Formats: sequence, structure tokens, C-alpha cells
Amino acid sequence: MLPQVLFLYFAFAIVALSLAVITRKNPVHSVIFMLVLFFHIAALYLTLNAEFLAAIQIIVYAGAILVLFLFVVLMLNLKEEVTEHRYISLWAVGVLLSIAISAIFLMTLSSIPLGAKGVFSPDVIASETHTVALGKLLYTEFLYPFEIASVILLVAIVGAVVLAKKRLKS
Amino acid sequence: METALKFPVLTPAMPEIIMLIGALAILMLDLIVRKKDFIALASLILAGLVAYNVFGAAGETFGGMFVADGYAMFFKLIFLVSLMLTILISIKYIEVERVNYGEYYSLALFSTLGMMIMASAGDLIVLYLGLELMALSTYVLAGFLKHSLRSNEAAVKYFLLGAFASAFLLFGISLTYGITGTTDIRAVAAYISENGLSENPVLLLSVILFSVAFSFKIAAAPFHMWAPDVYEGAPTSVTAFMSVGPKAAGFAVIGKVFLIAFASAKLSWVQVLIPVAILTMATGNILALMQTNIKRMLAYSSIAHAGYALLGIIAGGAEGMAGVMSYLMIYAFMNIGAFAIVILLRSEGFQGENISDLEGLSKTHPLYAALMLISMFSLTGIPPTAGFIGKFYIFVSAVNAGYTWLVVVAVIFSAISAYFYLRVVMYMYMREPKEEVRLTTSPAVNLALAISTAAVLLIGVLPSSVIDLAMYAAAGF
Amino acid sequence: MDHIVTDILEFIFLMWFAIFSAGTLDVLINIGIIILKIAAVVAVVMTHVAYATYFERKAIGHMQVRLGPMRVGPHGILQPIADFVKLFFKEDIIPAQADKPLFYIAPVIAVFAAMSSLAVIPFFNGFVIANLNIGLLFILAMSSIGAYGIIMAGWSSNSKYSFLGGLRSSAQVISYEIAMGLSLVGVVMMAGSLNLTDIVKAQQAYPLKMYIFPQFLGFFVFMVAAFAETNRTPFDLPEAESELVAGYFVEYSGMRFALFFAAEYIGMILMALLGAICYLGGWNGPFQIPYIPFAWLLVKVYCIVFLFYWVRATVPRYRYDQLMALGWKIMIPLTLLNIVITGVIKILT
Repeated sequence: MLPQVLFLYFAFAIVALSLAVITRKNPVHSVIFMLVLFFHIAALYLTLNAEFLAAIQIIVYAGAILVLFLFVVLMLNLKEEVTEHRYISLWAVGVLLSIAISAIFLMTLSSIPLGAKGVFSPDVIASETHTVALGKLLYTEFLYPFEIASVILLVAIVGAVVLAKKRLKS
Repeated sequence: METALKFPVLTPAMPEIIMLIGALAILMLDLIVRKKDFIALASLILAGLVAYNVFGAAGETFGGMFVADGYAMFFKLIFLVSLMLTILISIKYIEVERVNYGEYYSLALFSTLGMMIMASAGDLIVLYLGLELMALSTYVLAGFLKHSLRSNEAAVKYFLLGAFASAFLLFGISLTYGITGTTDIRAVAAYISENGLSENPVLLLSVILFSVAFSFKIAAAPFHMWAPDVYEGAPTSVTAFMSVGPKAAGFAVIGKVFLIAFASAKLSWVQVLIPVAILTMATGNILALMQTNIKRMLAYSSIAHAGYALLGIIAGGAEGMAGVMSYLMIYAFMNIGAFAIVILLRSEGFQGENISDLEGLSKTHPLYAALMLISMFSLTGIPPTAGFIGKFYIFVSAVNAGYTWLVVVAVIFSAISAYFYLRVVMYMYMREPKEEVRLTTSPAVNLALAISTAAVLLIGVLPSSVIDLAMYAAAGF
Repeated sequence: MDHIVTDILEFIFLMWFAIFSAGTLDVLINIGIIILKIAAVVAVVMTHVAYATYFERKAIGHMQVRLGPMRVGPHGILQPIADFVKLFFKEDIIPAQADKPLFYIAPVIAVFAAMSSLAVIPFFNGFVIANLNIGLLFILAMSSIGAYGIIMAGWSSNSKYSFLGGLRSSAQVISYEIAMGLSLVGVVMMAGSLNLTDIVKAQQAYPLKMYIFPQFLGFFVFMVAAFAETNRTPFDLPEAESELVAGYFVEYSGMRFALFFAAEYIGMILMALLGAICYLGGWNGPFQIPYIPFAWLLVKVYCIVFLFYWVRATVPRYRYDQLMALGWKIMIPLTLLNIVITGVIKILT
């Protein structure tokens, strides 16, 4: 019972907080709501005994990425979102479309057949501890994707460095 | 509970491993070597070495996550060909644009590595990661002209929309995982057909999400909006690369996901892809009519070509897939050939991106005008060029699969396309030169032009060389 | 007020962890025990915080041939209490242009982050409020949350000085957090666990029951990063008083100022505790001290805290670019080297 209640709370809170993130006029407030959102996601991981993932969610997303967001927002010193006159307002269309798409999703998801269950149920993870289970999988079965991910991160670093370089003289 | 760390067999993945090590080495080499031409040469040699290794590598490894079969091999050849041609046309160009950094070549290599990973992905996670590796490198390349606002705009647009498309892809993957419990492409296919899920609404939703993501990658309407702006703003050499490599990689994964994983749900995804294909051909060909910037025109033409190639996917089977593959190979040659001419027009202090800049090229530079003519004929699909062969085989496969009406539509749009391709020819041959156009020629660009034109003519005359290879490669479908 | 809010938040958080990491335990008894443990830890740590300020002033005073606080009580021993009373009754001034909600909540976040990290610290064998499997990661996560208190304070005050302090701090803290996290990876590799109790126990097989000798490189980087994370000299640029008056909390006064002050000292003690546990063997020592199981930990923590004072009295402040270059170009590569060496040795033995 408790897990279901908690899941419901977190699921609704995550949706509500996401809406808060995109509707705030002040970008700093948006970022703060995003921080709270990340906490909720981390807690959702905890209900699956994925404690390592929860901690990483906080360290990487809240601790590093979001601080960079905040850093940029502060550097630009945006107090309020710049509002410009728009030629066409698509607000109503957007709302209608989102409602329609959500309806389609809800309708289809009600007929979801669950696929074959894997080995790692929350209980198995709890007995093996999440860090150990994850580490073993990453370095055996998922070695290849793991290595690709490392190349992706390297490319991101190289890209950032290149884009920050000075322009060459002719 | 001790799991022994078994070392995976690496031989099938040898091309990718060489590519990765080589790209890293070139990144380091850039620290020591001052002359960037040398870096370009090293990249070319590396690409050649990898291409040589692609032929020998076959088999599976990493628990089926990596599959090196004929299909992957053919696509890898397309990527490497486009990479090599891109490097050749870039050397002089990035010098003129004053962005002559060694990282340019490393990023192109990493992007190609991503495409190769996509082509031999046996698992949806690997497919996604390969796509991200390719895309991330291309985003940076698109914004390589840091001082140019257009290039910045291109990079930001490409990045934001690309990230959005990735989200769709991930959503599609997670839904597929939810209903099948696996991300292995062949296991997904087996699970769907065994459990009779091909009519399932969730699977249909997943198919739609996949279509959205892939349509973005191949610039198919209605997800093509980024293409003209990005193609126009990005450095021309990168535009040439983007319009060929990532597009081919997009088709490689479309083949994998739709023709293998969702093979038993073909009725669902064909319903999605047919309108996409028609809309893509219509948007590409009609909007290209009114372009004055040649890069924008080629962008719309590239959208239209994605529409033609989709016909092969819709036709399905070995024949359809072989048609798509040979079409993409041919497209690589003819499109990079056209972009090479555009690159020649760019010189210090002269943008050279308007179609009117080509006026009277046949008087001032008859040879280059003739090469452009061949590329344009091939893009239109006029025999005896390769473009005709490519379209012909795709249309035949679609007719054989029973989509005659679709082919009629495609032929009509193809006829419309003649207007804007031949307008370029008309400008070159029937107008007087306005001012002295100085072409920035270099041996490397000349080589690229020679290779691409020779390939376009050769395949046009002897189509069996490519078609047979493609048929062999697509035999598994 | 804010203390109560902090404690309630912390309590909810700990309950959360208690219920979900322990699983089947009798929840009510557990709650009682946990409340007692929290009370004990908070009381001890807050006393230490109060007297850490006193000893800092004394120690630095003597190093600079001054006497330090002398007036309140014998040798100024009651000075911290006087300070506390003063700050508690001082007017709480809020700038008119401040972003009020963020201005209110920033010091709470700073204290919350520092205090909740204490929950996973094992003070002696068997005494830990929440024995998490990922204790070390929890501390790193909380220290990254602590940065928000600083940044939000800097931004919401709507003042140039505090804004610059907040900006500097955000860049500095993320940069050195990487170095800190990577320096601890060596320890985790050797211990094979992220649980701090297990890390202490794993050290018993090593010389002096410490990891400092095999992990001297990691310890060095850890200490440097600890100075940067806590914004202490020589990395106190976020609050450089000669440039920024007081940095991010320049607009704060009264109790809110005291909270920031407390957060900084809790942070310092926390780093000392972490260093003592991960590198110096925690509560283990060369011989057993009867009746006081945490004696050795206390001694080690005092030594590290004294090092903080010592450095403050001795070393001048870094320039900002030097600080960044040091972090990214020396500390992070050093930790990577440390990880490679540790890995190679671990495979070979």
C-alpha cells in the first residue's frame, strides 16, 4: 500500500513541479523548482531501492548541471523573462494539442501489456545492494554502451573547448 | 555471487576500435603538429584503414549488442566515403573561414564513429547512444564558425530540436521495453510476433514516436523545419557531411527498427510512413522552387531525396532495402559533388552562396560548370547519371511491392524538381558572367570532385557494381 | 525558528531513508531511537561549532602574537555564548529589493545540507543515525545542495557584492566537488564499499589502521578540495573581505547570518570528520581508549580542524584564475592518476 501511495504522490508532484518549472516568469525560480523536481525523481528511485541512482541524480543533476544552469541565468542577470509581442498566439492551440496527445497516451497506456520481467526486482537489488548490482552489470553485460557513453562525454568536452577557443588570424 | 569479467571478442568490432583509437590519436596529434593539412591527411589515412577493415569484420560481439553483417558493412562504406570526401573538400575551406582547428577532423571522425555504431547496433540502447555520439559531434561542427551568427543559430537550432527528437526516441524505446521487456532488436521482434502484439496500441504509439525521431534525423516532413536554416548556417563542408552521413545513418536505424524489430507490425508503420513520404517529397520539391540561396535549395533537395528513399523502406524486403542503400551511396557522391562546387565559390570576402553567383560559370570556368552540370543532372535523375539508377531501383521495388500510385506521385514530384536543378544549369550556361568569380581551388577539392563525378558517371553506366553489393548486403531482409 | 524547520526537514529525510533502507524494522521504536541519536549528534556538533569559532580566534590570535578574545569569562571562554546571544537578539534586516522567499530559505538550505550529512557519519562502532549503503555519495550529494544556499543567498540579496560572491562560489564549489569526489574514489576502490562504517572497518588491515599511506595522493587532494568546498582560506574568494566585504552573506544579519556562519563551521567539521573516517581510520586508533569509543575520532578531527586554522593564519588568498587552474589542471589529473594507480595495484595484489 505504502509504495503505491508514495508513487502516486511523487508522480503527481513531478508533473506539478514540471509545470511550475515551465510557467515561472523568473528563470531563477524555474531553476529552484527544477531542483525540487530532481529531489522527487531521486526519491522515486529510492522506492525501487535504486539508492546509487538516487544519489547520482542529486550529485550530477542537482549538484552540477543545475548549478551550471543557475550560473548562466545569473550571469545573464535575467530578472524577468523578456516578453515580446507575438504575431500569432498559439497558446490555445498548444493547450488543445497537449490535451489531445495526453488523451491518446492515456488511452493507449491503459492497454499496456507488461513485457517479460527481468532479473532485477527491487528485492533482488536490496539483497545485493544497488551499487554492486549496477557496477557488475555496467562492466559486464553493458560494457559496450558504457564505453560509448564515455566517448560521448569526451566529444562533449572537446566540443565545449573548441567552441570556447579564440578565432584564428587569417 | 561472483561474476567473472569475461573479456569480449573484439575482432568483429575492429573497424570501430581502430576508428576510436585513431580519432583519439589525431586529437592528441593536434597538440604537436602545427600544420593542419597533416591532420587532415592522417584522418584520411585513418578512414581508409577503417574502410579496409570493414570488409574483413563480420560477426557479433558484446552479447549481440554489436552486429557486423553485410548490412552494417554497406552503410559503413557510405559513411566512410562521405567522411573522406568531406575531409577533402574541407581542407581549403576551413582555412578560408579561419576555423582551421584540428578538432574539426576529430569531431568528423567521432561523428562517423557514431554512425558506424548505429549501423551495427543490435540493441536499442546502443542505437540511441550511437545516434547521440553522431549528433553531438555534428552539433558542434554546425556551430564551428563561432564568429558567424548564422552558424550559431544553426548549431542552437540543430541542438535543441535534436535533443527534442532524442527525447521522442527514448520514449519510443522505453515503451517498447515496457511491452517486451527487452531492448535487443531481434528479441523485440521475436517477442512481438510470438505474443501477437503487432496490433497493440502501445506498440503503435511506440512506432509513431520512433517515426518522429527518425523523421527528424533524416529531415523528413513535417519534422524538416530545422534543415534549411541549419544547412544554410553551418559551414558548407559540414552541410555536405550532414546531408549525407547522418541521413544515411538515420536510414540505417530505420531499417533496423522498422524492418527487423517491428517487422511483424509492418501494416502499422507503413500507414505512418506513407503520408510522411508524400509530404516530404511535396515540401522538399515545392519549397526548393523559390530558393535563391544554393545551400537552402540543396537543403530542400535533401529533404526531397529523403522522401524518395522512404519509398524503399515502405516497399520493404531485401529489394526495397537494397534500393535504399544503393540510393544513399549514390546520393553521397552526387550531393558532395554539388557541395564541392559551392565550396569553390567561397573565397576571402565573398560568400558565394546565391544561385545567381553561378551566372556564366561556363564562360569563366567551363570544367567546373560541367562538373556541376553532372551533379545537377544526377540529382534530378536524368540518365546516364547515377541518380537515375538510384531512383529507378527504388521505384521498381515500390512497384513490385504494390505501391504503384505512390511511385506515380514520386515521379511527378521528381519532374517538378527538374525545374530548380536545371535552373542552376541554366544560370551557368545561358547567362553572361556578372563579375569576375574567383574560385578557391585546391588539389584536395579537385580530387573530391574527380572522385564524385567519376563515381556518378560510373555507377550510371555500370549500375551493377553498387546494386549487386547492396543486394548482397540486404539479403537478410 | 529556522532551526526547527531544519530539524523537521532533516527528520523527514532521515525517516525516509530509515524506512526504505532498513525495510522491515519496527518503525516506531526506530523513530524513537533515531530522534535520540539526532538530538545527541546535534547537541555535540553545535557545541563544537560554537567552540570552533572561539578556538579559531584564539589559535590565530596566538599565531599573530595577539591574545584573541579575553573579556567574557576566563580567557574569553564564554565568548561564543555572548556571540550567540548577540546574534539571536539582533534585528533581522531584509533588503527592500531582495527576493524574499529565496532570501529567507537560503540560510536554511545551507544549514540543512550541512546538518543532514551528519546523519551518515559513524562516530564510533555501531553509532550512526542512518547507516546508508551509499553514505559517501549522500555526503557528496548534500554538499552539492549546500552550494544552492550560497548561490541563492548571493542572488536574492540583490547586491553586487553578494552576487559576485555567489557566482564565484558556484563555480568554485562545482569545480572542487569533482576533485573531491574523484579523490574519494581511491578509498572506495580499496574498501569496496560506499558505506562509511565499512570503510572504517576495511582500514583495520592497513598500517596504523589508516588509508593515508596508500592513499596519500587522494588525501592531499581531498584536503585541498575540502578547503575549497568550505570556502576557507586560501580559497575564500566567495567571501573575500577585502574585495567583497563579506561575499554572499553580506546582506544578512542577526539569526540568518548566524545560520550561514554555523553552516560554514558545520561544513568544516564535517569535512574533518570525512577526512578522519576515510583516510585516518575513523574511531580506530593504535590502542583502545576505554569508555570513550569516539576518542580517536575526536583527536583526528581536532587535528584536521587545527590544520584549517593554521592554513588560514599562514597562507594568502589565491587569485581566481589560479584557483580554477589549480582545481582543473592539477587536482583532477592527480586524482585520476591516483585512481589508475589504485586500480593497477588492486588488480596485481
